[in-house]
Amino acid sequence: MSAIYNASRRDFLKTSVLAGGGLILGFTLPGAARFAEAASVFSPNAYIRIASNGRITVVCGLSEMGQGVHTAIPMLVAEELDADWSSIEVKQAPADPAFNNPIFGMQATGGSTSVRGHWEPMRKAGAAARAMLVAAAAGKWKSKPSDCRTEKGMVVHKSGKKLSYGRLAHAAAKLAVPAEVKLKNAKDFRILGTSMKRLDTPAKVNGTAKFGLDVRLPGMLTAVMARPPVPGGKVVSVDDAKAKAIPGVRQVVQIPGGVAVLAEGFWAAKQGRDALEIKWDDGPNAALSSEGVSRMLTEGAGKGGAVGRSAGDVGLSVAKRLQAVYEAPYLAHACMEPMNATVWVKPDEIEVWAGTQSQGPSQGILGKVGGIAPGKVKVHTMYLGGGFGRRFAPDFTVDATLLSKISGKPVQLVYTREDDMKAYFYRPASVTRFVGGLDSRGKAVSLSASVASPSIMEASGFMKLPPDGVDQMAVEGIKDCPYDIPNLRVEYARREPGVQVWFWRSVGHSQNLFFLESFVDEMAVAAAMDPYEFRRELLSKQPRYKGVLELAAQKAEWGKPLPAGVHRGIAVAQSFGSYVAEVAEVSVGKDGKVKVHRIVGAVDCGMTVNPEIVRRQVESAVVYGLSAALYGRISFKDGRVEQSNFHDYPVLRIDEMPRVEVHIAASTELPGGMGEPGLPPLAPALTNAIFAATGKRVRKLPIDSDQLKHA
Amino acid sequence: MISLSINGKKIKVKDSPDKPLLWVLRDTLGMTGTKFGCGVALCGACTVHLDGEPVRSCSVPLSAAAGKKVVTIEAIAANSVGKVVQAAWVKHDVPQCGYCQSGQIMSATALLAKNKKPSDADIDAAMSGNICRCGTYNQIRAAINDAAQAMSKGGRT
Ligand code: FES
Ligand code: FES
Repeated sequence: MSAIYNASRRDFLKTSVLAGGGLILGFTLPGAARFAEAASVFSPNAYIRIASNGRITVVCGLSEMGQGVHTAIPMLVAEELDADWSSIEVKQAPADPAFNNPIFGMQATGGSTSVRGHWEPMRKAGAAARAMLVAAAAGKWKSKPSDCRTEKGMVVHKSGKKLSYGRLAHAAAKLAVPAEVKLKNAKDFRILGTSMKRLDTPAKVNGTAKFGLDVRLPGMLTAVMARPPVPGGKVVSVDDAKAKAIPGVRQVVQIPGGVAVLAEGFWAAKQGRDALEIKWDDGPNAALSSEGVSRMLTEGAGKGGAVGRSAGDVGLSVAKRLQAVYEAPYLAHACMEPMNATVWVKPDEIEVWAGTQSQGPSQGILGKVGGIAPGKVKVHTMYLGGGFGRRFAPDFTVDATLLSKISGKPVQLVYTREDDMKAYFYRPASVTRFVGGLDSRGKAVSLSASVASPSIMEASGFMKLPPDGVDQMAVEGIKDCPYDIPNLRVEYARREPGVQVWFWRSVGHSQNLFFLESFVDEMAVAAAMDPYEFRRELLSKQPRYKGVLELAAQKAEWGKPLPAGVHRGIAVAQSFGSYVAEVAEVSVGKDGKVKVHRIVGAVDCGMTVNPEIVRRQVESAVVYGLSAALYGRISFKDGRVEQSNFHDYPVLRIDEMPRVEVHIAASTELPGGMGEPGLPPLAPALTNAIFAATGKRVRKLPIDSDQLKHA
Repeated sequence: MISLSINGKKIKVKDSPDKPLLWVLRDTLGMTGTKFGCGVALCGACTVHLDGEPVRSCSVPLSAAAGKKVVTIEAIAANSVGKVVQAAWVKHDVPQCGYCQSGQIMSATALLAKNKKPSDADIDAAMSGNICRCGTYNQIRAAINDAAQAMSKGGRT
């Protein structure tokens, strides 16, 4: 891949002019950059290469972390190109402004933005290529383009003559990129909306798929680091004599993040790291504890803070008032592949191989670390062994860059599972206090929510708390409460216990919708109403919410008796432009153990690119959400993270896996995101079912089965 | 020097006897198909076959593998059961991120080699040591059932 992009950009200037200022902001025109290619390869833009043998390569700037983007993006291109799907291949793009994510304005994958951001640009790229192939064919036939149509990788003349895209590639490559292209009507789609097989499957069943940890370079050293056991801690002294005595250990290096042992291979590096004798200064967080965090947040939620939304008067007198305090813990992402990066700092460039969600920003950050211009930072994005937001963070690439710079060698920095678990970048702990009011007929008339949590925006390093003082990510899911409640108030109290927080699959929605959808259930109970009907009434002005709520209820046969001991709960949420409702069917043993039998999901994600991938993403989010709700908790004691590996940070396994059904609502709306929206309704559907089963309201995650014991 | 049989090839390595087989494979031999997930036999990502038995290579010292037959994901297609399992994985498009799938396929192959018609409980028992953070468990189960059926029909999925 690099050889291609090292070549001079033959058409760069020409297309830059065509694309106007669109090159960096991305995608205002399908042109963007055209990279130099062998003459026989037709490359109308940075995203498409058509070889004379007819193979079509879609170059994808987004990171594949399981969400299926390496299939969805090619589908967008192939649709408008009228390609034969079986001729499509996908290649990972380098870091380059041509691949900026239009929603972020930088090259990065996250926020369930991939399909939303590239829905039009990638189709335009395909349509431009198609128009050029048609023009090339018309030229050969001395005919008009309007006399030609396209079909499965062929240009077909009205007389019946045909030419394949491969045969036309050479001629098409000489033509100018059209300034305007027409896109298909959705009703004419034949690739979009179908469950095309994933393009990355073959490599992922035979061991050939290359993840960040699989990078092997000549002369490469492996680094394992000792990091401060308390956030903000510092090294006082290091005795590395024992570490250096381990065969294969080559160097011990101290950097701001900790002390690294560089060795030949992981095993020597890890043994070396374990043999380091380090005195730490624990710093100001030495007394950090989960109880302390909980107290701080509960105090904040009690006090309230910056106002994020205010309508009517939540102080009005009501027939019934109820209040509750909800709490969620810090969570680790626990991606299957522990964090790692391989970096080679050379005199005039830096090469990076990493499973990263943020290749664009990495260029700037690592350029700064390595003392080189961002354009000289070459990022090779590897397959990501899970992302979930964690791989947006720069900690592993920054430290690997420092270590390569200091050692002069290519360095692969590897986090052990324990390192990964204890490396922070957690989903923030959060507490929300609700007060709700019902009128005499049991209708919800007021709701106030006071959220206390750390600010992800401030922690991100690239966002700031907005002038109103409300961290959008701390209140999302509550602030946009869709229920028709006339008196509504949402406040945010920022509290910072001192732990680096980060984006975690569905971000604020992950805890806030557990809070809101549980409390709405409490209101339904207080109103003596069925929780489904209660929501439905309050959603009469929200057709898409109501649509998925009804679809989920219908498919789960809400109201129909279940086997003895099994109970249902329901919840609905919108996040990242998609609407998802879920019904959980649950039983609770006398010992308090929760068994999840079935999850029925309904999703409205607008127009669907690939229904099977949509269903799988919801199912994946269900599993991720179940792991969090049942087990997920990062806790602190004496400043130290108490969890270390999968024995004390358990995740769902196959023997606990419920049946999952996902139903997709037909829609002509623009596509929403799908990597995250399946998660938010899971926890409340589950805990609402637990309430139905036991009469016990879970207000704190993870679920504590001791509290659910019953005779 | 320790002698090993890996995917049918005799190999000699100079590593120390206590180095886990996983790192001999990944670092000494550059065979990166076998994955590192936890290092302590909790996740199954590193599963390989040792004389046909599924083992967590992160927790098998090189000395324990000496003289035994090691089979990894790279050669699983050469195994008649493994080939069917792989085909079922492709048919069901099981992988998402894919990182756990080498281990899943190794565990599933070992299961089906011994048990041609595993029940749900058999699948739970054989596969619950393999974590998938992407949540592909239902597809894994479906693919195993499909592979079992294919084997009963002579190996086609
Ligand atoms: S890496 Fe061996 S079981 Fe997890
Ligand atoms: S496919 Fe990602 S961990 Fe299993």
